[in-house]
Amino acid sequence: MRKVIIFAVMVLAIMAIALPAFAGGAGEKGAAPAGAKYAIVFKNTGNPYGDKQMGGFKAGIEEQGFQAILRAPDQPTAEAQIQILEQLISQKVAAICIVGNDKDALQPVLTKAKNAGIKVFSLDSGVNPASRLTHVNQADSEKIGRTLIQAAYDMIGGKGDIAILSATSQATNQNLWIDYMKKELTDPKYANVKLVKVAYGDDIRDKSVSEAEGLLQSFPNLKCIIAPTTVGIAAAGKVLTDKGLGGKVFLTGLGLPSEMATYIENGVCPYMFLWNPIDVGYLGSWVATALVTGKITGAVGDKFKAGRLGDYTITKAPDGGTEVLLGPPFKFDKANIADWKTVY
Amino acid sequence: MRRSASFSESFRELGLLGFIVIVCVIFQIRNHNFLTLSNIRDLLANTAILSILSVGMMMVILTRGIDLSIGATLALAGMISALTVNSFRTISPVLSLLQGTAVGLAVGAVIGLVIARFNVLPIIATLGFMNIIRGVTYLVSKGAWVSSYQMSDGFKQLATGKVLGISNLIIFAVVINVAFFYFINHMKTGRQIYAVGSNPDAASISGIPRTRIIFLVYAVMGALSGFAGVLWVAKFASAQGDTATGYELSVIAAAVLGGVSISGGSGKVSGLILGTILLGILNNALPLINVSPFWQQAIQGVVILAAVLTNVLVKRNNQHFALRKRAI
Amino acid sequence: MMDRSIRAVKVWSWRTFFFQWEWLLVLIFIAVNVVNSTLSPYYFTMDTFLGTPMSFLDKAFLVLPMTMVIILGNIDISVGSSVALSAVVMAVTYNAGLPMPLALLVCLGVGTTCGLVNGILMTKFKELSSVIVTLATMIIFRGIAYVILTDQASGEFPKWYSSLGWGSIGKVPIILIVFAVCALAFGLLLHKTSFGRKIYGMGNNLTASRYSGIKTDSVIMIVSVLTGLMAGFTALFLTSRMGSTRPNVAQGYELEVIAMVVLGGVSTSGGKGRIVGPLLAIFIIGFLNYGLGLVNIQAQVLLIIVGLLLILSVLVLNIRFRGTQRAVPSAVKSVAAPEQPGESNS
Repeated sequence: MRKVIIFAVMVLAIMAIALPAFAGGAGEKGAAPAGAKYAIVFKNTGNPYGDKQMGGFKAGIEEQGFQAILRAPDQPTAEAQIQILEQLISQKVAAICIVGNDKDALQPVLTKAKNAGIKVFSLDSGVNPASRLTHVNQADSEKIGRTLIQAAYDMIGGKGDIAILSATSQATNQNLWIDYMKKELTDPKYANVKLVKVAYGDDIRDKSVSEAEGLLQSFPNLKCIIAPTTVGIAAAGKVLTDKGLGGKVFLTGLGLPSEMATYIENGVCPYMFLWNPIDVGYLGSWVATALVTGKITGAVGDKFKAGRLGDYTITKAPDGGTEVLLGPPFKFDKANIADWKTVY
Repeated sequence: MRRSASFSESFRELGLLGFIVIVCVIFQIRNHNFLTLSNIRDLLANTAILSILSVGMMMVILTRGIDLSIGATLALAGMISALTVNSFRTISPVLSLLQGTAVGLAVGAVIGLVIARFNVLPIIATLGFMNIIRGVTYLVSKGAWVSSYQMSDGFKQLATGKVLGISNLIIFAVVINVAFFYFINHMKTGRQIYAVGSNPDAASISGIPRTRIIFLVYAVMGALSGFAGVLWVAKFASAQGDTATGYELSVIAAAVLGGVSISGGSGKVSGLILGTILLGILNNALPLINVSPFWQQAIQGVVILAAVLTNVLVKRNNQHFALRKRAI
Repeated sequence: MMDRSIRAVKVWSWRTFFFQWEWLLVLIFIAVNVVNSTLSPYYFTMDTFLGTPMSFLDKAFLVLPMTMVIILGNIDISVGSSVALSAVVMAVTYNAGLPMPLALLVCLGVGTTCGLVNGILMTKFKELSSVIVTLATMIIFRGIAYVILTDQASGEFPKWYSSLGWGSIGKVPIILIVFAVCALAFGLLLHKTSFGRKIYGMGNNLTASRYSGIKTDSVIMIVSVLTGLMAGFTALFLTSRMGSTRPNVAQGYELEVIAMVVLGGVSTSGGKGRIVGPLLAIFIIGFLNYGLGLVNIQAQVLLIIVGLLLILSVLVLNIRFRGTQRAVPSAVKSVAAPEQPGESNS
């Protein structure tokens, strides 16, 4: 009997808390704060590259007079991003810019956002065309892949073994670039260049080091490592420096200037590429507002102005959707690294 | 009779040792570069940090505890020492080591206090603290990383330097293991740790200061994590907020593989070292053998399971052997 | 401390009742809701209370058997990998031509098999602790998932499948209904059957239980299989919500689930705790996550808050009880008549 009373009291207590919700109902919007909100969701926290990107986005949004929301999960998983996206949907943001941890897994939740009237587009690490209106790409994926192979070719003098050290095996942009690298290698010019392995460092520092050391151990004729990921290239740079292989085994790829400054200065990595993540985020902010005001719809041929970056046109993307390209990849070498290492 | 008893004891480790030998042979066949001097040097340098941490973890597990927060402590200590080196380039590397160890010790002491004094279960306490310390690391670094160019050469030499041709890291690991061996086997407090884990109530009734011992093991674990944190950051020349996420699992695996019983009170240093080496071999060799990277994890799991089962079967065989030998 | 009189009558008082962990959790739950609603105007709507559970209930399925596992005194860190493997096999078999309803059964089947493997290893090799067994299987199961699917995603499920994770019957989410049924089943199993009593008994003293004639192997086997089955359910709903799956899903689930169980007052030394606690803990952590997310709190701050919550709640109860009731020494406990296991968390 007692237990029944206690149970009843508990249920009543919880219902009393929930009562205002019943009264409010789904129709009540609550006090929606003035000023539209634009959200960007990055892959994970603690990543300075991501922080710069989100910072650029925020600067652009605030420059246009709106409020920016910056979110990132502490684990780089799709499940965590789904939770964040649901919270943003509840906050009725105007647009969501997503840097995806998974190309496909976010589709249901992004569709829910679209159905709620939120403009969804992706940035940097894209999601599949069905989930997005358009994609902001930092540089032409094909160009990145081909440029990196050409760089390796030049560094090793036209012949030798090369290997790729990538991030996780699922990363969309990584796989896209690697595909273009392999395509470039089919050109007869690279007859004497052999790709011996694609290793995955998972963007984890010690694993990337192990994989880099493994490459050196397994392939004594290795002449160049291409690492299109910031953690991988820095790890490979450290390994090559510690083993004194600068000049015998070359390194190139995509890396943060701050992380790679030591290895560019000591010659282990003659030059590498990246782009300015601040500009990528900034561009994204203008895409966001243009989509919301209806200036563009994400279709091929749409034109818009992106503040200090100038005019942009939306083009067709290799995966069947559309994209906006920031510009060509930027080359970092001994001459300019000192200027950039403190920026990002 | 005593001799046969100690012989059968070491049989426990012999199973693991035999397994390691077999695994090495298999890997060598797959890739002739496995047992080369340079690869072995890489292997030992990479395993050194794991070894330092597993020493602390063994003490914790001996007392029937567990510490899930070591990865976070490592990251925090590493980040703080890296940030300090960035601001004060001329700071002595030894001082950085001390600073990291001190940070780790402070964290370990708090954890030890919560567990020993307030009777919070180790898994809850360290799980909670793991989150807290990780969060603090991000806040301290404001999300930024400390990169190689921001560290002094002396700092980076902590990990890459060599003495008599042997990497600093290996020397640190060897010294700590030897000190630990002496402590846990030949010093009173060390033996008391075994007692506390084996039978906590009997131990406290016998006058062993249980609370103090439990506090001690977590504080020492924290100090070792802090020390390892500085070495880690020096080794990779990079301090990140998410350094060593999930590393605690590897450390626990190394200890448990080496025969340290999770229910406390038993485990040998020789087993610990073998367990650590096996894990180090796996991490080093998997990229070397010519298999698709997607098989790596499955192989690692199978090897660990096989090692553990071999150990059990050898032990069982041993017990039968001992039983048969006993004169009735 | 212990009533030694022959007519030992369990004295019931409001004081001892309200000092229970579960009441503290109810208070925390109410507090979380109050804080959340003051923080954000978007919180207090029907949508929130009915919609949000959809996002955290997928791992809640794992909390139910994990409660049993921890009461037994064991632990299972392979659940995340079981989820991944179940999801991957389901996706692959569906895309190979199997009709979806059968694929769903495959998912549950694979999960159950994973649990079976764990159970066999634990019962045939009793020297091994559950930590090392589930550590090994955690790596192996996910490894197999990687071997099967490598770096691909697998999906393209039929439209009705996504309504499992996203849809509602009327206003109530489907996942909530299924979860409620499972929670009820587990609650009854744990508290009202002899099987449940056996679990408590084994958690308190494994050796005594074995000598009392309890078939400990069967109990461990059944609990492992149940864990695997629930992993299958989690995989089912998680994949439905994501529309596709990869080998790296459900990473880190094991620690989150253990945190929820432990916050729910189930002691990892075994033999104590009730199903109500972890149920409350699920909702506490879930709503806390959501409410703080509505005001866009940084992920690392949330980390700190959850960590503090975990520690402080245990601390508070320990301090509260230090005067009135100490943790009974285990040696004494096994000799003297143990207090009714499962009745109170003292």
